Amino acid sequence: MGASDSAVIKQHLIDPEICIRCNTCEATCPVGAITHDDRNYVVDASRCNLCMDCIAPCPTGSIDNWRNMPRVIAYPVAEQMLWDELPPELTPLQLADAGVSADAMAAQTPPVSLPASAAQPDAGAVVFRGADYGASVPPWSAAHAYTNLYGPKAQIKSVTATVTGNVRVTEVGREYDTHHIVLDFGAMPFPVLEGQSIGIVPPGHDAHGRVHHPRQYSIASPRNGERPGYNNLSLTIKRVLADHQGRPVRGAASNYMCDLKVGDTVQVTGPFGASFLMPNHPRSNIVMICTGTGSAPMRAMTEWRRRLRASAKFEGGKLMLFFGARTQQELPYFGPLQNLPRDFIDTNFAFSRATDGPRRYVQDVMRERAADLAPLLADHNTFIYVCGLKSMEEGVVLALRDVARDAGQDWESLAVRFQSQGRLHLETY
Amino acid sequence: MSAINYSEKIPNNVNLGEDRALQRALEQWQPNFVNWWDEAGPEQSRDMEVYLRTAVSVDPQGWAEFGHVKMRDYRWGIFLGPGTADREIHFGDHKGEKAWSDVPGEHRANLRRIIVTQGDTEPASVEQQRHLGQTAPSMYDLRNLFQVNVEEGRHLWAMVYLLHKHFGRDGREEAEALLERRSGDENNPRILGAFNEATPDWLSFFMFTYFTDRDGKFQLCALAESAFDPLARTTKFMLTEEAHHMFVGESGVSRIIQRTAAAINELKTDDVGKLRAAGVIDLPTIQRYINFHFSVTIDLFGADESSNAATFYSSGLKGRFEEGKRDDDHVLKGQTYKVLEAKEGKLFEKEVPMLNALNEVLRDDYIKDSVAGVNRWNKVLDKAGLPHRLSVPHKAFHRNIGALSGVKVSPDGRVVSEAEWKAKVDEWLPSADDRAFVASLMGRVVEPGKFANWIAPPVMGINRQPVDFEYVRFA
Repeated sequence: MGASDSAVIKQHLIDPEICIRCNTCEATCPVGAITHDDRNYVVDASRCNLCMDCIAPCPTGSIDNWRNMPRVIAYPVAEQMLWDELPPELTPLQLADAGVSADAMAAQTPPVSLPASAAQPDAGAVVFRGADYGASVPPWSAAHAYTNLYGPKAQIKSVTATVTGNVRVTEVGREYDTHHIVLDFGAMPFPVLEGQSIGIVPPGHDAHGRVHHPRQYSIASPRNGERPGYNNLSLTIKRVLADHQGRPVRGAASNYMCDLKVGDTVQVTGPFGASFLMPNHPRSNIVMICTGTGSAPMRAMTEWRRRLRASAKFEGGKLMLFFGARTQQELPYFGPLQNLPRDFIDTNFAFSRATDGPRRYVQDVMRERAADLAPLLADHNTFIYVCGLKSMEEGVVLALRDVARDAGQDWESLAVRFQSQGRLHLETY
Repeated sequence: MSAINYSEKIPNNVNLGEDRALQRALEQWQPNFVNWWDEAGPEQSRDMEVYLRTAVSVDPQGWAEFGHVKMRDYRWGIFLGPGTADREIHFGDHKGEKAWSDVPGEHRANLRRIIVTQGDTEPASVEQQRHLGQTAPSMYDLRNLFQVNVEEGRHLWAMVYLLHKHFGRDGREEAEALLERRSGDENNPRILGAFNEATPDWLSFFMFTYFTDRDGKFQLCALAESAFDPLARTTKFMLTEEAHHMFVGESGVSRIIQRTAAAINELKTDDVGKLRAAGVIDLPTIQRYINFHFSVTIDLFGADESSNAATFYSSGLKGRFEEGKRDDDHVLKGQTYKVLEAKEGKLFEKEVPMLNALNEVLRDDYIKDSVAGVNRWNKVLDKAGLPHRLSVPHKAFHRNIGALSGVKVSPDGRVVSEAEWKAKVDEWLPSADDRAFVASLMGRVVEPGKFANWIAPPVMGINRQPVDFEYVRFA
C-alpha cells in the first residue's frame, strides 16, 4: 500500500464567480469546514470530510468544484479568500514537480459529480478511476439511517459515551496495535446501522491552540448493539504512530482512543453516512472487500447477518469476504473470523508482507476467485462494499471489471447498474 | 423529527396528526389555498410539468429532491427546522430566559402582526409575477420562476401554520384574509406598498428577486432569532429556500449584463440607441432599474426611528441580523446609532438611541449585502474589459418612508430642488420609455437550450442537468 498515495487529495473548492454568498453551505456543514469573509466563501481542506451535505442545498452549483492537489500544497483558506475565479487544475507536470506520481492520482478520492469515465466506454483516453464507480445511494432494501443527530449544527453538539470495553485485536508485541473499543450511550439516543460512522472529539487542543476536530470511525457492531439489546457500539481503531511518509507521529485521536480505560467517557458526534448501508431483503448477497481497519463495517454487516441466521427467521444470501493486511498478525479479528462456518461466509485473506508466501493483494485473490465472484456480479441481488486504504480502490474496481469481462459481461453497463442501484459502495481513506 | 410525513394530506414534520383540531382547520384551509393558486398563481401553467425541487426532510440529504411535477400538485407543507432543547432567549429584556414555545399573552398582538405582515408578502409576490411565464426568456428561466413561485407558496403555508396553531380564531381569520387580499387590488390590496406594484418584465423580476427577496432574507434572519421558538424554527427553514430566489435574481441580472457587455464589445460602442437597436438592454437602463428596486426595497425596512422596532427587540420578538454572532450586550439600552436627516438642503447624521434605530441597523446590514452583489456584477464588466460600473444609489435617494420621505435626493446623495428632480428623474429612475423598451424585448422563448437575445445562458443547469434539459414539459 503506497504510503504517499494519500498525499494527494481531491480538494473541495467553491467557485467565487458563481457563488452568491447565501450562507446555506456554511449553515449546513456538519464539521464547520466552510467559512467566509467579505469576499468569498471557502472550504478548509483540513476539516472537510467530503460528507457532501453542502452539495444539494447550494442554490447555484458553485459548491461542486474539485481539484486534485498534493495535500501539502492544498490551497489554504486565506489564499482562497483572495480569488476572483477558480485556479485551473494542476497539470501532470506540475503535480510531478510536487512529487505526485500518476498512480497516486489514479487512486484519488471520488468526485461527487457523475463520473465521466463511467459514462464513456472509450476508457483508453481516460484515466481509469475506481472511485468514479461508487454509488451515492443506498440499496433499495436499506433501513432508514439517522444522521447528524449530534454535531456542530445539531441541537446537541456532542453526546457522552462511556467506554465499556477496550481490547487489542491484533497480536501483542508488534509495532502496530489495533483496538476493539466498546462505547455505551446509556439512555441517550444513538441509533446506528452497519456501515455508518461516528465522530470522536479528542479532548484538548492541537498545536495551534484550536479545539481538535472530530475524527470519523466506522462502526464495527450491528444495529442492535455490540451486545444485542444494549445501547452500545464498537469501533476498530489502529494506533497511528507514523504519518504517511513513515515519519514518527502520534495520532492525537487514535492514541487517545487506544489508551482509554473502561469507565472513561468520550464525546461523540454523528451518526454519519446514508449510502454505505447493507441490503435487508432475503437472499441478498454481500461481497465485502477490505484492508486493515476497513474491516469494521464488514464485521458489523457479517455479525448482523449471523444474528439473523441464528434467529432462523431470515433467509440470507451469500457472503463473500476479501480481507487484506500486511501479515496475518496484523489482521484484526483474525481468530473470530476463522471460526465462522464456511456455509455462512466465504472468507479470503490476502497478505502483502507474509514471510512464507508471495505478496498478495485483495485484488489478486478476487481474480483467483473469479469463478465464484462472476455469478455474484451477474446477480442483481448482489451488493459490493469496499473499505480500507484509498490506494486499494483502483485495483479492486479493476479486478471487478476483469472478472466481469472474462465472464462475458458488459462491464460499463454493469457498472452503471451497480452505481445507480446503490450496489457498489466505496469507502476509503 | 426531521422526517416529513408524506402519507398525510398535508406533508409535515410537526406531528400534525396528533393535533386533530389543528389538522382539520388546516385541511379546510388547504382547498382555499389551491383555489387561490389556480386563480392568482402563474397564468396558464396548470398542465405544465415543472422540474421542481421538493423537500422530503429538513436535513441536508433530504431537502432537495428533484422531479417533474404539476405545480398545483406540489407538496406544500409545514416544515420546521430542527429545534434546540432548552434554547434561551439571547437578546432583549428576557435575555437568559427559556425561549417560548407558545405566545405570551402580552405579545400576542405584536407577534400576530409580524407574522401576518411577513406572510402577506409571500402570496403577493406570486400574484405580482403571475404573467411572467408568458414572456420567459428560456425554459430554464421559466422553471426558476416557477420554483420561486411554489416556494413563496410554501412560505405562506409556514406563516399560516403559526397563525392557526398559536393564534386561535384571530389566527384563522388572518389566514383566510391572506388568501383574500390581492396585489394591486384597489379595494383589498396587499399590506406593503412594494408588493402592490406589478412585476411587468423579466428585468424587473430579476431585480425584484435580487433586491426585494433579499429584504425577505434579512427579515427572516431577524425573525430566526425570535424568542418565540416556533417562529425562529420555521423561518430558519424558509431561509434555505430563500437563497434560491436570490440566486435567480443575482444570476439573472448578471447574465443580462454579460449579454450587454458582449454586444458592446461586438459593436464597439456603448451608444444606447445602437445597443437597443441590437436588442440588448443598455447599462444606463440597468442602472435605473437598480436605483428603483434598491430604493423601493430599503423602504420596506420601515421608519429609521421606530418605537415599534424598539419594542419588538426588547420584548424578544425580533432580533438583529446575525444577533448570535455579535459581541455586545444584546440589550442595547443606552447605546446610540447614527441615522440620516435632511436639514437646510443638506443631509446630516444624528445620533439616536439604538433601540429606536433598529430598522436602520437592519437596513444598513442589508445595504452592505446588496452592494457586495452589485460588485460581483461589476466583475462581469471588468472581465469583458469594459470600464463601466454599476452601483447602488445613496440610501436617501427616492425614499418614501421615514425622515427622508419627501426629501429629494440624487443617487449620489445630494439634496436637490424639486425642479432639478423633475429635470433629472428620467436619468435616475426608469422612464416610461425605458419600461416600454424593456417590455418590447419580452418575447417567449421556451425551446430547450434556446435563450432570448437580451440574456446570456447560465454557466450550468439546475441540479447538474444540462442547460438544454427539458425543465418544463408542456401539456
